[in-house]
Formats: sequence, structure tokens, C-alpha cells
Amino acid sequence: MLRVKNLTVSIHGKPIIKGLNLEVNEGEVHAIMGPNGSGKSTLASVIAGHKMFDVDKGEISYMGKNIFDMPAETRAREGIFLGFQYPVEIPGVSIANFMRTAINEKRKYLGLDPLTGAEFLKLMEEKKKMVEIHSKLANRSVNEGFSGGEKKKNEIFQMAMLEPRLAILDETDSGLDIDALKVVANGVNKLRRKDNATVLITHYQRLLDYIVPDFVHILYDGRIIKSGNKELAMELEEKGYDWIRKETATGAA
Amino acid sequence: METTYTSLTKDRLLELYQKEQKAIRGQATPMVNRIRQHAFTRFRDNGFPTTKQESWRFTDLRPLLNTEFAFDFSNQSRNIDVDKLFTCDVYDLDTFSITLLNGWFVYKHAPLTRLADGTIIGSLAKAMEVYPGIIDQYIGRAAKPDQYEMAALNTAFLQDGLFIYVPEGAHVEKPVQLINIANAEHPVFLQPRHLIIADKGAKLTLVHCDHSLTHNISFTNTVMELYAEENAVVDHYKIQNKGRNSALVTNNFFHQNKNSRLSSNIITLNGGFTKNIVDVSINHSDCLSEHYGLYLVDSNQHVDNQLNIDHVAAHSRSNQLYKGILDDDATAVFSGKVLVRRHAQQTQAHQNNKNILLTDNAKANTQPHLEIYADDVKCSHGATVGQLDPEAMFYMRSRGLCERTARQMMMIAFASEVVQKISIEALKKRIHNMVEKRLKGELSICDQCVLHCNSKEPTTFNIDLSKL
Repeated sequence: MLRVKNLTVSIHGKPIIKGLNLEVNEGEVHAIMGPNGSGKSTLASVIAGHKMFDVDKGEISYMGKNIFDMPAETRAREGIFLGFQYPVEIPGVSIANFMRTAINEKRKYLGLDPLTGAEFLKLMEEKKKMVEIHSKLANRSVNEGFSGGEKKKNEIFQMAMLEPRLAILDETDSGLDIDALKVVANGVNKLRRKDNATVLITHYQRLLDYIVPDFVHILYDGRIIKSGNKELAMELEEKGYDWIRKETATGAA
Repeated sequence: METTYTSLTKDRLLELYQKEQKAIRGQATPMVNRIRQHAFTRFRDNGFPTTKQESWRFTDLRPLLNTEFAFDFSNQSRNIDVDKLFTCDVYDLDTFSITLLNGWFVYKHAPLTRLADGTIIGSLAKAMEVYPGIIDQYIGRAAKPDQYEMAALNTAFLQDGLFIYVPEGAHVEKPVQLINIANAEHPVFLQPRHLIIADKGAKLTLVHCDHSLTHNISFTNTVMELYAEENAVVDHYKIQNKGRNSALVTNNFFHQNKNSRLSSNIITLNGGFTKNIVDVSINHSDCLSEHYGLYLVDSNQHVDNQLNIDHVAAHSRSNQLYKGILDDDATAVFSGKVLVRRHAQQTQAHQNNKNILLTDNAKANTQPHLEIYADDVKCSHGATVGQLDPEAMFYMRSRGLCERTARQMMMIAFASEVVQKISIEALKKRIHNMVEKRLKGELSICDQCVLHCNSKEPTTFNIDLSKL
């Protein structure tokens, strides 16, 4: 589904990702772990289509298509979803209006009729339940005045509404208390299907207690230096990132 | 009677005043004519405002006056069937509607209507004959010809406009809607004068729409004096949708008495040149004074909002929120001044102006200004000039919205903070729609016009009202 080949990315001339390879297939959950500044969020942003970064080398294909040919919105309509580490506040734009517009633009792209008001409301109620949102969230402005937990829940809610094929969740667990973490993890688990895939970007192993990954990758200094199964996350939690640093140093020597 | 000139200067106006004095003074009360004479003197001494003055620094009237304007010192509009020119299409908005055509009251209703609760609505010219007592008590008290040149000019030539008197305790249920239309084959110079009084405990909603029906040149210089007496509640809305060749200067003077509540909203959707002056005197304690503005300008349109709020008495609150979106080469000016005098303790005054520039050529000059002489007050001011947030744009696009839709949504959201303040539901909806259309580039001044001047068919007044 997603193939990242020898990707090199820089910002203002400073290399961030230095030859990264990753393959994600349908039905899989991948976790990408790594210390601050290793390039995790950059990878997520580049896949979603943020223009701030310069792709110097390499390829990313999604469902066999070169994603560099597609603007951000086309990638979204094709089924890529980015859960933001820092969801943006958009004063005055209600979540309901935002989601309805997003869904209908996607449907238009796919050649489907737009959802009627009633259909949309029904869908929204259903998805709100899934991520345990009880407030009158829909009428509120996107992320405006939301707590950290509400913002992250809102990301999962949007993901539920848009039903992506490939969801990349960038530090969705950061800043969450254990209850919110469970709700978010539950949401992600409920949305898992055989034909979609999830990439979790995280600092800590904690989230992986609730969402069990098929693969764990350790990203360090712009490269994936180690891949394995969930045991790798445990090991990393136990030994800390210093272990990776040492291993890398030894490997280099 | 019409007089024409090649360009409008102070001297020409002075000459015109002398020549037409008889018609201008007309049936006005001796008091009005004394005020007029004083204002005339002020205009003679000061002339038009110039860009050397702080409040006109970015707004130059001179190019607008290089036109051969016609004046209309007698009411030639009174018997025109105005419904054939213009029909307001705010659905579900049940208003008491008054039309001024080229500055004169159109006699669709009787020149003065007296409602069951004693409220008087009608023509100022007529009111000067019928209710000289009320006129003399109020007219000229709020307007400041010594301070504002354009108000002096208007006062010197004042003849007709809207008059409303809401007596003590009366609540006017229907909003009163004033539709101010400029429609002439020649460039016209218009100076309507409005006097609005909400007596003690009275309640009034006034919707004031400025339209031009043709693309011809017009210059409107209007003065409104509005008095909110003790415990009165007044909502005032101005909707400006004028042609590109129109110049509009509005001088709005508000007097607030004890515990009165005033809300003023100025929505500028189109207009070649617009200058709104809002001058508020909070002379007594416990008042609430809210001022909202929205301007959406493009091409080379220019809009200037100047607010002066004078807190004379204690325990009052004032709030200003003006927002604008500027496209192409449009320019905007905001200058908001709050003066808190020595005895105005426990004043709360807030002021905010936010601008979004969509191009590098658009320009906003903003000067929020506080002048405080009391020591126990809560005041704040702020101003921003910026672009649409690129991170928000990416966020929206990452959900599948195209750039255009994302931009529009953000602009509509930006504008809606002001639109949300409108308390009449039908009007709020209508203005929201107009703002939406405006931001999608679909609103023109012809929107409500039935003249179809762009079509090849000759202009006729035979219209199918069912289409409206």
C-alpha cells in the first residue's frame, strides 16, 4: 500500500531524513519509534503533503501511485489521513461544517453523490459514539479552546468520519491521560480493517499496550535502524534510546 | 432645482449655499437654521478635510470631488414608486421600511407615521414642520461640526432624511429599515440627515442599508444623530453595498444616557470609497456601547472606519471589534480612539481590529488608540494585519479540502465573528449569505437591483416582482 524508498528530505538545506525505507501493507499496524528530532514527524508531514519540506531524493508510492504527483487534498481523498501531533485551531469553522465539506469533497472526487444533511448527521452520531465524544462538539469551532485530550480525540473522530485506508497518527498519545489514551486506542482498534493500515508514530511504548503493532521500527537520525515486532518496543522501553545510540555507534565502528 | 459644477470645491459650495439659501432653509425651524449657520461658518473656515489631518491621513477626498455633481434642493423623488426600483430581498425580515431616494424621503408611506405606541417615523423635513419641539431639543446636540468637517458640511445643507422618535417605554417591535438609494443619470452629491431618538426605556432596532442602483458616480455625505436616553436599548445596523463609482462618508453620532445599551454594526460589502465616522459620547454611567464592523474589499476599493468613543461617566463598558478582508489593491484604514476621562472610573473599554490581506498589494493601516485619565479602569487594545494561517490551510487540505474551499471557509469563519453579533435572526442569515457570496466573488451591487443595466435590453421599470 505504502512504499517509501530511499527517501531523503531536508528543510532549509538541513537534512532530516537520510535514506529511509518503509513498506506498509493492507491490514498492518506499524509503529515508528524514536527520540526527538529523529525525523518521525517530518516523515508523517511529507507523506501527507506538507510543502515546507524539500524532498531531495527517493520515492513514495501509495496504492501504486507516485504521491509526489498529488497535492495534499488529493492524497487525503485517495485515503491518506494524518493525525496531527499539534492539531490546528480554526476559529469560526465548526467541526460539523468542516467534516461535511471534507466528506463531500472526497465523495465528489470518487464520483459519489454528496451525503444529505440527515445522512451526515447519522454518520456523525455513530462516529461520535465510537470515540466516546459526548459534548456538543460538532457545533464547536475546530480545536478552538479544546484541551490536549479533546484535540487528540477530535483527530480520531475525524479519522473515523473519513475512513482512510492509510492512517498516520503522529504522537496521538502524547499529552493524554490514561483514560483518554484508552479511548483513542479503542477508536483506532475499532477502525482496523483488513484493507486498511495504520502507522503509529510514538515516543513511548505505552500506546502499544493498547494497540498491538505488527511491526515496530526504530527511527534514528533520519534512518530506520532497526525493525522488529512488538518485542522490540518492549526492549526499547526497557533499555532506553541510549541503547540505540550505542548500538548505532558500535555498528558504525 | 439643479445646479452643476465641473468640480466641487469649498468655494463652489459656499457660493451654492448663498444662492440656494431660500430652498435649503425651507421649512426648517429657526433653531435648525441657527445650527446650520454655525456649521456653515465652520465649513467656510475649515473646508474639506485633508490628508494633513491625522484622521484623514490615508483617506484622500480630493480625487472624488473632481466631478460635475448635481444637487437636488427640492424633493423630486417624493412620488416615485420606489418598489419598482428596488425591493429588499431579506426574506422573513418584517420591517417598517423607509426609502430615501437621492437623499429625499419617498412618500411610499405617509411622510410621518405615528404608531399605536406613539412612535413617530418619517421624513425629517416633515418632522421639522410638525414636531419642531422634538427637533429643536435634539438636533445638532450630538453632531460636532467643530470637530468634523464633513458633519459641518452636512449640517449646513441639511434638509431631509429619516426621523424616528420612540417615546418613553415604547418598544418598536419591527425593525425600522432605512434604504438609502442613489440613483440618477448624472453624478449626484447627496447629504441625507437622520435624527433618531429612543427616549427613556425605549427599544429600537434600525437597519440602515446603503445602495446604489446604477454604476454612475455619486457622493453621499450623511449625518446620523442617535440619542439613547436612560435605559434605552438601540441596535443599529448599517449595510453598505455600493457601486465602485460611489463615495460614501457617513458621520454617525451617538449620545448615550444612563444605563442605555447601544449596539452598532457596520458591514461594508462593496463600495468604491467608504469612510465611516462613529462618534460616541457616553455621558452617563452604566452604559454598554458595542461597535462591530466588517469590511470586505477588493479591486481598488478603499474603506476607512474611524471610531471615537468618549467615556465621560463612570461604570460603562465599550467594545470595538472591526475585521476586514482585503483583496487585490484594496486599502483599509482603522483608527479607533477610546478616551477615558478623569471621572470615568471603572470603565471597561476594549478595542480590536483584525485584517487579512490576500495579496501583497492590499494594504491596511490600523491605529488603535487609548487615552486614559482615570486610574481604575480595564482597557485593552489590539490590532493584527496578516495572511490566512498557512498551518490551518494545510490542516484543512490534509482532510481533503481543496485550497480554494479551505481559503473560503477560513475567510467566512473570520468574517462570521462579526456577523454572529447580529441579533435579528433573518438579517443575520441574510448577511451571512451575502458575506459568503461576497467571498466567493458572486455578490455584486446588482444583486438586488432590477435595472439590469449590464444587459443589452433598454432599462425599463416594468419588472416582474414575482422574480424577486
